[in-house]
Amino acid sequence: MMAKTLYQKIYQSHIVAPVNGSTDLLFVDRHLIHEVTSPQAFAGLRQAGRTVRRPDLTYATMDHNVSTQLRSIDAAGETSRKQLEALATNCKEFNVPLLDLMHPDQGIVHVIGPELGLTQPGMIIVCGDSHTSTHGAFGAIAFGIGTSEVEHVLATQTLQQQVAKTLKVEVTGSLSPFVTPKDVIMAVIGQLGTAGGNGYVAEFCGSAIRGMSMEGRMTLCNMSIEMGAKAGLIAPDEVTFTYLKGKPHAPQAEHWDAAVQYWQSLYSDADAVFDKTVTIAAEKIRPQVTWGTNPEQVIAVDQPIPSPESFSDLIKADAARRALTYMGIEAGQKLTDLKVDVVFIGSCTNSRIEDLRQAAAVVQGKQVASGVRALIVPGSGQVKRQAEAEGLADIFKASGFEWREPGCSMCLGMNDDRVEAGQRCASTSNRNFEGRQGRGSRTHLVSPAMAAAAAIAGRFVDISYVERAEGTYQ
Amino acid sequence: MSQIFAQGLVCPLDKNNVDTDQIIPKQFLTSVSRDGFAEALFYDWRYLANEQPNPDFVLNEPAYKGASILLTRANFGCGSSREHAPWAIQQYGFNVVIAESFADIFFNNSINNGMLLISLSASNIEFLFSRCQQGTQEWKIDLAGQQIILGNNAAVGFQIDPDIKQRLLSGLDFIGASEQFEPQISGYEKQRASAQPWLG
Ligand code: SF4
Repeated sequence: MMAKTLYQKIYQSHIVAPVNGSTDLLFVDRHLIHEVTSPQAFAGLRQAGRTVRRPDLTYATMDHNVSTQLRSIDAAGETSRKQLEALATNCKEFNVPLLDLMHPDQGIVHVIGPELGLTQPGMIIVCGDSHTSTHGAFGAIAFGIGTSEVEHVLATQTLQQQVAKTLKVEVTGSLSPFVTPKDVIMAVIGQLGTAGGNGYVAEFCGSAIRGMSMEGRMTLCNMSIEMGAKAGLIAPDEVTFTYLKGKPHAPQAEHWDAAVQYWQSLYSDADAVFDKTVTIAAEKIRPQVTWGTNPEQVIAVDQPIPSPESFSDLIKADAARRALTYMGIEAGQKLTDLKVDVVFIGSCTNSRIEDLRQAAAVVQGKQVASGVRALIVPGSGQVKRQAEAEGLADIFKASGFEWREPGCSMCLGMNDDRVEAGQRCASTSNRNFEGRQGRGSRTHLVSPAMAAAAAIAGRFVDISYVERAEGTYQ
Repeated sequence: MSQIFAQGLVCPLDKNNVDTDQIIPKQFLTSVSRDGFAEALFYDWRYLANEQPNPDFVLNEPAYKGASILLTRANFGCGSSREHAPWAIQQYGFNVVIAESFADIFFNNSINNGMLLISLSASNIEFLFSRCQQGTQEWKIDLAGQQIILGNNAAVGFQIDPDIKQRLLSGLDFIGASEQFEPQISGYEKQRASAQPWLG
């Protein structure tokens, strides 16, 4: 038998029928939906007199548009209320289970899927959201789709697809202290570029990946879309199985052993051929900070902000010039001289319990710098409760952070959590695009520990250096 | 069917990595409708903070009024999966986008709305931008023959996946086409339920 990659194994096991040429009809195991990209899909179904084929494989939550201050669908304004109501009505009419704002487990779709055990190895998982790639951390093919495709999946539980190319990203060795999975993925994107993964599904492997928790692996796969990859993937192992055991939608006792046995067959064969391979030494990765307006414009915190002339590619040089102007910074400046106005710890990239633990460890007993607005937005009701039970919430509040209700919040500023024009924000989210966090907002992507340290110091700090040398951020 | 998929005025948008947050900013995503996004297209570039049109943005130049072909650079449509992005482009009047490359999800979303996205080599894109510098351009897109007809016997050929070409030419109902596989879908579900009962 021909050697196969993990991606090829899962793809082939989901072919319902070849459609024509290179297109296949694939079965979808889980379809996650939220308020922003689904209303037009349900409207289309209704118009065509179709139903949801497998409401039992469909799961909805409210996240993008919700207030993180009050648990009320009225709290984020009239148009938001209408959109949230539309989701509730659609779910009711088509029998789709919904975690609404009053549900204790409500949260960001990519946080709750894994938490509830809806995300499992070997699955094909789709959602009308690009960061669906997050779920690939479990060894599932998970990718974002548009609203027309949401309608297609609702109606048929399938999607027409073509085989993607495969990219192997091997991270060897082990990470230095204070270097996190967020830094790893930002370094990878810095190396490959925002379009480096276009047309590929990326599989992350190597000892540094094996050493990561599920939370860390999710952070890594979450941002694989930021290098253009269709999906990110990590072969499941004991860490995966242990995480899933006992989750409400995970295989229950009578099926557990059979499921694990199947999951253990999900890996790339030793002699499988990838279309492209990249190898990175974990030891070389330092805490990363983006300086520009796309995720590939990233440097280690101790590197000077690059000059446009340093890019041999004229297009990249031009992009750098525009980014420096937009960000209000100059080539040669040190990141550690940049003052921050806002700190946002949250989003589907870094709002899980481990992220909050890392941030709390940094801020414990210290105060947010004066003039800095700092927000912690847990990814889900479960994360919030756990953080409160562990005392993390009290640490944050005592340090001067706002402690919020779950939702996407300042990651995209669809609700009232925005960064004002010209303000500089240290953010644990995944996109530093112009205007992403609010018109004129200046976003620097960082890890939770780096964001926490920036909140205390009022500027970016090299957390690995400070932790080693001084043990203080003030 | 006519040989010509589209024809019209070309608007050159000389930028790389145009992301979906630029194509349609988030404040327009609360709509539950599929229409009404034309005004939202490139909103933060098209309008100044005081909501007056930005005279420096290419779409606002009188010469490009009524353009129906958008020419841009690499990695167009990167970012989110919001289908509002192709809706806004199409509703503004562009049915064809020519670029060096496109982000995957944006590409699929556009095709699902019957738009044609053409990827060309960097040198061809450069050539097309240089034509635009010589004066406003009216091009014809021959999808069946896979070429952009620039006029005066000049043309640039392009590659397209045969399945996608077929879908655009026949205007096929995508969901309807997949529903033809109903027996296979049911068969797959049965086999899945018995082999992997934990999947639900
Ligand atoms: S947290 Fe941000 S990136 Fe993640 S799903 Fe929400 S809006 Fe999208």
